[in-house]
Amino acid sequence: MMDAVLLAFAMVFDPYTLMVMVIAACYGLFVGAVPGLTATMATALLVPVTFFMAPIPAVAAIVTATAMAIFSGDIPGCLLRIPGTPASAAYTDEAYAMTRKGEAEKALGASLVFSAIGGLFGTLVLIAAAPSLAEFASRFSSFEYFWLVLLGLTCAVFITSSKPVKGLITLFLGLLVACVGLGNPAGFPRFTFGNTETMAGIGMIPMMIGMFAFSEIIRYVLDTKPSGEIAVEKVGNVLRGQWTLAKKYPVQILRGSSLGTLVGALPGAGADIAAWMSYAMSKKFSKEPEKFGTGHVEGIVESGAANNSALAGAWIPALVFGIPGDSITAIIIGVLYMKNMNPGPSLFTNNPQNIYAVFLIFILANLIMIPLGILCIKAARRILKVPRNILMPVILLFCMVGTFAINNTLFGVGVMLAAGVVAYVLEANDFPIAPAILGVVLGGMLEENFITSMIKADGNFLAFFSRPIAASLAVITILIWVTPGLLALWRRSAVRAA
Amino acid sequence: MKLNDAVFGFLLLILGITVLVIVQDYPKIPGQQVGPALFPGLVAVGLCVGGLILLVRGWLARGSTPWLLVDDWIQSPRHVLALVVLIGSVLFYILVSQWLGFLISAVLILTALFRVLQLSLARSVLIAVIATLVIHFAFYKLLRVPLPWGVLTPYAW
Repeated sequence: MMDAVLLAFAMVFDPYTLMVMVIAACYGLFVGAVPGLTATMATALLVPVTFFMAPIPAVAAIVTATAMAIFSGDIPGCLLRIPGTPASAAYTDEAYAMTRKGEAEKALGASLVFSAIGGLFGTLVLIAAAPSLAEFASRFSSFEYFWLVLLGLTCAVFITSSKPVKGLITLFLGLLVACVGLGNPAGFPRFTFGNTETMAGIGMIPMMIGMFAFSEIIRYVLDTKPSGEIAVEKVGNVLRGQWTLAKKYPVQILRGSSLGTLVGALPGAGADIAAWMSYAMSKKFSKEPEKFGTGHVEGIVESGAANNSALAGAWIPALVFGIPGDSITAIIIGVLYMKNMNPGPSLFTNNPQNIYAVFLIFILANLIMIPLGILCIKAARRILKVPRNILMPVILLFCMVGTFAINNTLFGVGVMLAAGVVAYVLEANDFPIAPAILGVVLGGMLEENFITSMIKADGNFLAFFSRPIAASLAVITILIWVTPGLLALWRRSAVRAA
Repeated sequence: MKLNDAVFGFLLLILGITVLVIVQDYPKIPGQQVGPALFPGLVAVGLCVGGLILLVRGWLARGSTPWLLVDDWIQSPRHVLALVVLIGSVLFYILVSQWLGFLISAVLILTALFRVLQLSLARSVLIAVIATLVIHFAFYKLLRVPLPWGVLTPYAW
């Protein structure tokens, strides 16, 4: 094991990889700080570039960029009351209230330091949990994988969205898109309509770029209310007073980080949901709940830690099972497959140095967040003044060339356009997008394990419950399906009885 | 742009039925009861059920929710034009970039977008040219992506 660890150190501390990490960090900090550009968009746009890199620098670029983007989304939230990324939306009002009171340094410093701590905590959980989970997963057969993927998709629909019917519909749409092409157990071309381009299936990367980047550009172009004025001229020393805060709120840091890691590990639930849940929890368990909303730093400490730890948590199911914990890891799984680092237990046994390298990258990224974050905060005024009417068209061009670059065909650009428009219309009508992405990413895995299991069981569906782990996963999944319905019925009968 | 749920329900129902019709012709895996039609078939059934639920809900709510609700941007000709130019740019790129070449297409697209987003003509063209050259350099030279030269092929570098 030691030589694998040493090999990992050599791969990560290679000058090319380190340079890639610094550039990716600056890119991530910039994208996160500009409102209208999200962390998922940053990842999707980075993929065509990492396409041409070796696996470890590619992963390093993406991990660093997203970790930075999730932190730097707090900066415009604090200074402009506009969250830079959805993950910062939970405590934007709180941070802005602190800025109005003249405590901008404290708010920014808290979000920086506790984001780094949360990220490190999540990484430690990842390092501890992933290998043991992988060992457990090596006993999985097609039945267990089928129920696990179904459980993951169920979580994504029922836990993350308030409208399960609409969530299920977008999930089915995603699964349908995954059916296109030759990639099915029978190798039969489905929905290809004679077109050679569709035989490979609808490309996931052009779809992601369309759904996350192009739809944002549409939203920007149609925005009739431009953003506000920056509230403060100069930001002082952000690190001052942070140690005092750390000593004052240790429970909050721990609670935020744990909740974040757990929520991140749930498929479909990512940094933004982690931040909202953590903020709500912080308010509920606080000794000073009345101060929340007036510019109180406690909520920022807890949810700032939560959203960064969610990033690391999302990697746990992604690395061990190939089931993405959030949209960012959904994109990353695509990249891992492209780089021949197929997620699953074999990743831990056949080339463990790759896994150790990923862990090292996480630790390093969260450590360099602090110095680079301070620089970013200092440069915030200049970053926030970059005119978006210049930025957005350039990003559009980058999207088009990037999607072209994946397969060197214009079909990808067409997919990007279609996916972006559909995503925009669906989101405007309260259809959640996350289940669709999971459907596209996991559709193939779900079908393959389903068909394989059916063939093994000779068409007898009861065989799906014959193995102990499979049966337990099945019970949990079915419970999640029926609980909302049962609760509604129980509530209605309780009302009638009262 | 919000549409009544019934519209979506109806469209989804049509989609589900279409998929079910298409997969009827798919062969089975030899010797098995399952085949490539099973999974899309199940998904299509799910879409039909979901579509039906939305259709019924939307229809029942038709008194309180409008069929089509457009946001403020539709009243601003500038924003509508911007949307048209945006979608048009991508279509233009797909249809024309191979024979016109990347450089010219990109400069045209960027200039059009900058203008519709209210940049002055001089600045639009200048930034369009600079951005195109930078992106061309990054993708063509550094990443070796075969961006088309089109009509500029005799001057290619």
